[in-house]
Amino acid sequence: MTTATLGGMPAITYNFAYLDEQTKRMIRRAILKAIAVPGYQVPFAAREMPMPYGWGTGGVQVTAAVLGPDDVLKVIDQGADDTTNAVAIRGFFEKTAGVATTTATTEATVIQTRHRIPETPLRDDQILVYQVPIPEPLRFLEPRETETRQMHALEEYGLMHVKLYEDIARHGHIATTYAYPVEVAGRYVMDPSPIPKFDNPKMDDCPALQLFGAGREKRIYAIPPHTRVRSLDFEDHPFEVQRFAQPCALCAARGVYLDEVILDDRGGRMFVCSDTDYCESRQAAGHRGEMAPPDAALPQPVSPRGEDATRVSDDASSDLSASARGRPAGAGAGAGTGAGTGAGGTEAGHD
Amino acid sequence: MYVAAKGGERAIRNAHALLAKRRRGNRALPALTLDQIAQQLSLAVDRVMAEGSLYDVELASLSVKQARGDLIEAIFLIRAFRTTLPRFGASQPVDTAAMLVRRRVSATYKDLPGGQLLGPTFDYTHRLLDTSLVGDIGAPTAEIGGAEPADMPRVTDLLGEEGLIESAPADDGAEPFDITRAPVTFPVDRPTRLQTLARGDEGYLLALGYSTQRGYARSHPFVGEIRVGDVEVKLFVEELGFEVSLGTVQVTECQMVNQFKGSAEVPPQFTRGYGLVFGQSERKAMAMALVERALRWKELGEEPGAPAQDEEFVLSHCDNVQATGFVEHLKLPHYVDFQAELDLVRRMRAEHEAELKEAAE
Amino acid sequence: MTEQPLLIAETLGKNYGARIGCRDVALEVYPGEVLAVVGESGSGKSTLLGLLSTELEPSAGRVSYRLRDGSLRDLATLGAAERRLLMRTDWGFVRQNPADGLRMAVSAGGNVGERLMAVGRRHYGDIRTEALDWLGRVEIAADRIDDDPRSFSGGMRQRLQIARNLVTRPRLVFMDEPTGGLDVSVQARLLDLVRSLVSEMGLAVIIVTHDLAVARLLSHRMVVMRQGRVIETGLTDQVLDDPREPYTQLLVSSVLAA
Repeated sequence: MTTATLGGMPAITYNFAYLDEQTKRMIRRAILKAIAVPGYQVPFAAREMPMPYGWGTGGVQVTAAVLGPDDVLKVIDQGADDTTNAVAIRGFFEKTAGVATTTATTEATVIQTRHRIPETPLRDDQILVYQVPIPEPLRFLEPRETETRQMHALEEYGLMHVKLYEDIARHGHIATTYAYPVEVAGRYVMDPSPIPKFDNPKMDDCPALQLFGAGREKRIYAIPPHTRVRSLDFEDHPFEVQRFAQPCALCAARGVYLDEVILDDRGGRMFVCSDTDYCESRQAAGHRGEMAPPDAALPQPVSPRGEDATRVSDDASSDLSASARGRPAGAGAGAGTGAGTGAGGTEAGHD
Repeated sequence: MYVAAKGGERAIRNAHALLAKRRRGNRALPALTLDQIAQQLSLAVDRVMAEGSLYDVELASLSVKQARGDLIEAIFLIRAFRTTLPRFGASQPVDTAAMLVRRRVSATYKDLPGGQLLGPTFDYTHRLLDTSLVGDIGAPTAEIGGAEPADMPRVTDLLGEEGLIESAPADDGAEPFDITRAPVTFPVDRPTRLQTLARGDEGYLLALGYSTQRGYARSHPFVGEIRVGDVEVKLFVEELGFEVSLGTVQVTECQMVNQFKGSAEVPPQFTRGYGLVFGQSERKAMAMALVERALRWKELGEEPGAPAQDEEFVLSHCDNVQATGFVEHLKLPHYVDFQAELDLVRRMRAEHEAELKEAAE
Repeated sequence: MTEQPLLIAETLGKNYGARIGCRDVALEVYPGEVLAVVGESGSGKSTLLGLLSTELEPSAGRVSYRLRDGSLRDLATLGAAERRLLMRTDWGFVRQNPADGLRMAVSAGGNVGERLMAVGRRHYGDIRTEALDWLGRVEIAADRIDDDPRSFSGGMRQRLQIARNLVTRPRLVFMDEPTGGLDVSVQARLLDLVRSLVSEMGLAVIIVTHDLAVARLLSHRMVVMRQGRVIETGLTDQVLDDPREPYTQLLVSSVLAA
């Protein structure tokens, strides 16, 4: 129970995990229906949340509805626990629900994520909650909900394959790299949220319950534990995941998803694990990549996130300065070999 | 070796502290009071209440202050607070015919029962900057005439008696669909359409309403009537067996009268476009009425094709809290997806280069 | 012709408010038979085509169709899923305006391949081979397979539409003024193509046209419509050479005079 006081006004109090119990029950009913019909988008009366639409309101509502006082919550964004939005959402639940939080995937019972699935395999006592911006996989082929609803109902997914066909005809391969559509339990085609397609195989036969919440679009969908999840493809152009030519520069992991970090303006760059918890645990266990700091420099787990990117000046005359250290968005133009995404297996191995 | 600093939490804390500092501005100046905002920026407060879907002048004033005058941010604050409020029930329909009218104009009749009442309006002012407002000029005096509440029947009711306008949809007594408590699926019914428009963004509806006047779903609109004033909100309490007054809210109502040629079944008559919003916002109420009318093309057997007629498009994009959230979420990190695209572009460039080389050989 | 009809319409009618679209139409189409529906604009022939293809809901009467398993089904009793399946497998619909029947932003190969993918084909190479084969059959050069129809001429678009419809080897194809808006020389080439495909594949076709020359060239039987009713029906040559109804006589003589 949290209390905020307004000058001269009565104090405002909030329920456990912000939402009132009626609302949580409504969301749980939607979740149950979603589990009963895997991959089907269940409309639900998403509430306005104290964070903006598109910033995880769907995931937050699902988390709020499934969270109990004994749960241990982990929140990641882009695979990292310390990105600003993950920090903000974790802080929200610490404040409104008082639950324990963690950055360790193995310790968490509920993991809310944006854009990644942890590298550490999930267990059957865990729930993975995805934040979803656009739940409709057919949206960019057919913008009308009245139409797409009918297409799902009649299992008319030919158009989806036309898109994949066009990719191959034009580029020689399927050019979708994230939010890659999947077929769930042999029936519904589903948007896995904008995770890289690298993570798609992790959804298949996953022991954990996977829940997807889209707040602005007011939809919840689910993949029950151990459900068949198949990425759409052609027999002669099978689904493939990205593969990186080099291991993580910090923990030497292979077969994991890597982020590219620009080191200087002379084309220097390094590739490090996108999953910070995974990377840190490996470093703590003694794995060393070629650019890893020596043991002595590890007073605590080190993150390559570059979180001081949003550095704040207290000087009243200057504004928020966003210095471009850390994860730059404009790294594309540079030369360099980068990560090869050649043909290959779909396994996210752990060496 | 590469070591990056960790500092997400601290950075956020500092940013918020800086925001608080900027909000307050120069401490040599007195802080704004909520009363000042409510009294002197009342139209901003009205807009926040209308699009925030919560009638509370004090909270709306607070949100305007907290949002540093960013009204969409203020609306967002109100919406997030509104979410946490329990719902007691649905009020009885407010009776705008029984409104305590502060302003009432009709463009269709020069004079009408109850008369025209200009009230507080920017209309007919010269838009010249008034430097006398720089200081505190004290309270200006205005002669308030026609104070005794006259009987003011609605213009559409007068037209309706002659059968010249389609009859108002009958109240079936059922509790209307509540867009804040149930998911909307298309196509929508009238209550859903009106609610969505009533909390829709003023600027968005203004542009769409304007487009209907410029020929994109032209409906030959006349302002039958705009009235602004206080209406009583009543709740029927099951346990008591009678209605209880909860107080009054200020609303603006616009009844647009539009041309209709008639069809095989229906003789030519006027049709309605309806707008109703919290507070005084004639612009919003009028734009809402135009868009509402345009969205009714199907039931009136009109030709579709204009943006303002497209129900899914209009209603799915009119909420500014949703819109601003999704547009601004592009600020969030997207480097995982970007990495995937980066790989793809590099690969396609390499293939392209190889093809060029091959072609050259 | 086999003895059992493929499609049967009985007392079929459609009203638009007080206006009559068509009324009391009865007809049968047999496998492999080409039936032309002719009449002036406003005669109700397009309404009839809409009713037969279930795109319009009848105000009266019914349409029955013999499914591949041999059973005759009232189309109104088919579920939406069954009907859509029928439309993308067993039926084809060639529209007057190719933009209504093609995906203009999708390549020619994708346009032809869509129906194959819609019925579950998942081998890119096979789909492409079949698309290439069909482009060849409708005389579109193989190197245009990855171009989209926006860069095609009117005649090419229409031929692409035909390929897109025939790729699933339907048994019944509806055509709505397929040569409308094309140059005379382009029309002749298209009609030749349609005629050879129809006989080669043993297709049943219901073709709506205002052009009696088209009806003569393509159809075995024809139906003449006026003011929403069928006023004359018979073998095409018979009707054109020896029209019985005064209206048909007028229609035929006006064409011959032109």
